[in-house]
Amino acid sequence: MVGFKRLLNQQGFRLFLMSSPLLILVFVFSYMPLYGWIYSFYDYKAGRDLFSTDFVGLKNFKMMFTDHYAVTNILRVMKNTLGMSFLGIVTSVFPMIFAILLSEIRNLRFRKTIQTLVTIPNFISWVLVYSIAYAMFSTNDGLLNRILINNGIRDEGINFLASGNHVWLTMLGYGIWKGLGWGAIIYIAALTNIDAEQYEAARIDGAGRLKMTWHITIPGLLPTFFVLLLLSIGNLLNNGMEQYFVFQNAMNKDSIEVLDLYVYNQGMVGYDYSFATAVGMLKSVVSVMLLFFANFLSKITRGESVM
Amino acid sequence: MKDLKYKLTTGDYVFNSINYVVLTLFTLTCVIPFYYLFINTISDNTLVTKGLIVWLPQGIHFANYIQILKIDGLFNSVLVSVGRTVLGTVLTLVGTTFLGYAFSRPEFWKRKIWYRFVLITMYFNAGIIPWYINMKNLGLLNNFLAYIIPSIVAPFSLILFKTYVESIPSSLEESADMDGAGYMTKYARLIMPLSKPIVATLAVFSAVGQWNSFTDTLFLMTDPKYYSLQYMLYQYLNESNALADSLRQAAAAGSQVNLATVLTPTGVKMTISMVVVIPILCVYPFLQRYFVNGIMLGAVKG
Repeated sequence: MVGFKRLLNQQGFRLFLMSSPLLILVFVFSYMPLYGWIYSFYDYKAGRDLFSTDFVGLKNFKMMFTDHYAVTNILRVMKNTLGMSFLGIVTSVFPMIFAILLSEIRNLRFRKTIQTLVTIPNFISWVLVYSIAYAMFSTNDGLLNRILINNGIRDEGINFLASGNHVWLTMLGYGIWKGLGWGAIIYIAALTNIDAEQYEAARIDGAGRLKMTWHITIPGLLPTFFVLLLLSIGNLLNNGMEQYFVFQNAMNKDSIEVLDLYVYNQGMVGYDYSFATAVGMLKSVVSVMLLFFANFLSKITRGESVM
Repeated sequence: MKDLKYKLTTGDYVFNSINYVVLTLFTLTCVIPFYYLFINTISDNTLVTKGLIVWLPQGIHFANYIQILKIDGLFNSVLVSVGRTVLGTVLTLVGTTFLGYAFSRPEFWKRKIWYRFVLITMYFNAGIIPWYINMKNLGLLNNFLAYIIPSIVAPFSLILFKTYVESIPSSLEESADMDGAGYMTKYARLIMPLSKPIVATLAVFSAVGQWNSFTDTLFLMTDPKYYSLQYMLYQYLNESNALADSLRQAAAAGSQVNLATVLTPTGVKMTISMVVVIPILCVYPFLQRYFVNGIMLGAVKG
């Protein structure tokens, strides 16, 4: 009691108490869900009380590695997840290139206008991206098909959206379209931090633009690039589900279903809560391990942690 | 930035031209879809159906926008979206900035532990099914509060705000201390007024996030009363034909209608899309300049 009273007299503790309702909110919405992991150890049936269902131990986890049907699906889903994440990582140089190209534009007003306009797609939802994709590419109303038909290039529209081919690439395309301008902002910020004297010195030494970009600009941006790259390792399995959810249809379902969407489809659509929880749980654990790995990589390569 | 004057070589001219063309083309792909949607929503609907509206609007009218709000539940979903955006943004700002300020004070009890306690939630979550079960247990299914309460503490915004507050000279706070100001007074009277640029940035992040949020409606809401605009849009994208048919019949029954202004399935989709996107297009360009600064201040280092 005496110890507590002394604590109460400390300013820092009072500040903690004032903040505690907010910390409780964090606990309630981010830590309490962990309790739900218990579902993965039961054979839960929707609508029943959890504890009236059978405790099955690790059955749901074993299923992921032994049940033929589950294994096939998980392999397929992992292939999609890693495939699309990998394409995302490969193309993560695009925002940097874009920022460099933008910085080469001398006309300030033109540069600002472009920067503003290409950032807009970042601020719209995936549902709206889907709607726009529909307006651009659908068979009947799509702008592209209208142009093709009105100019007599084709008699009938092509149904770009229902195609099961190249789903990974089209998803990547939408992702780039949406994220490029926003992704470039951090590099644009980093560009302003590069010392102008370096360029001046290089000029005096007779370096051209290409040489300056290669020897000054790119090295100046690489630290930022590596931090983002390392963070993307931690997010390898987290490509979210919204984008793939809105774009999924009967034709592309096999190659668009990523891990998060699979968990949703199994759990929320198929009501197989227990199995879906088990898959999601394993995903969370692997993600944290990847994050620690990325942090470790960052420590040995840069001497700084990313977290 | 390099802004040195020197003579341009032929190579520079070639590079510049290609650069301008590439950037312009990409910019056009970002702009044309919005323009295309817009001209279709304000054009004669019979021409739109025939596929004749490609570059310029024809037979301009705004009836689509009026009719769309008369669709069952659509006006309600506008209210839901506006409500969650306004309330959610205000609550997030108050909660996140206060906690961010508290974490900027070195005397905060066990500061490191609690700061990590909050930050970890950015990288780690239990998964969607446990999250759903938790929300269900809290009674937040079909409950408007589900849109605004969970977002009160936003870790990423918290980092940005904390970093910003730490850049404010501590002498200012010390002088407030001398005047006997408590934490609440300092937060409300000193820190918040000094942090307007970053607060504006966070407000936009939060407002855009709330306005665009779709999956929470998908998971948590089965009662159409709580459907957000995004969710309605999604539904209409998938099943708008039936809906527009009923609209057409209703309109035809009223006779003497001008078919050019009667909503069509395409019109429904495009007009809702515009209703969803117009607020963003209106607000965003004015606040854009804050982002670069906001991001620079603390995005990379947590």
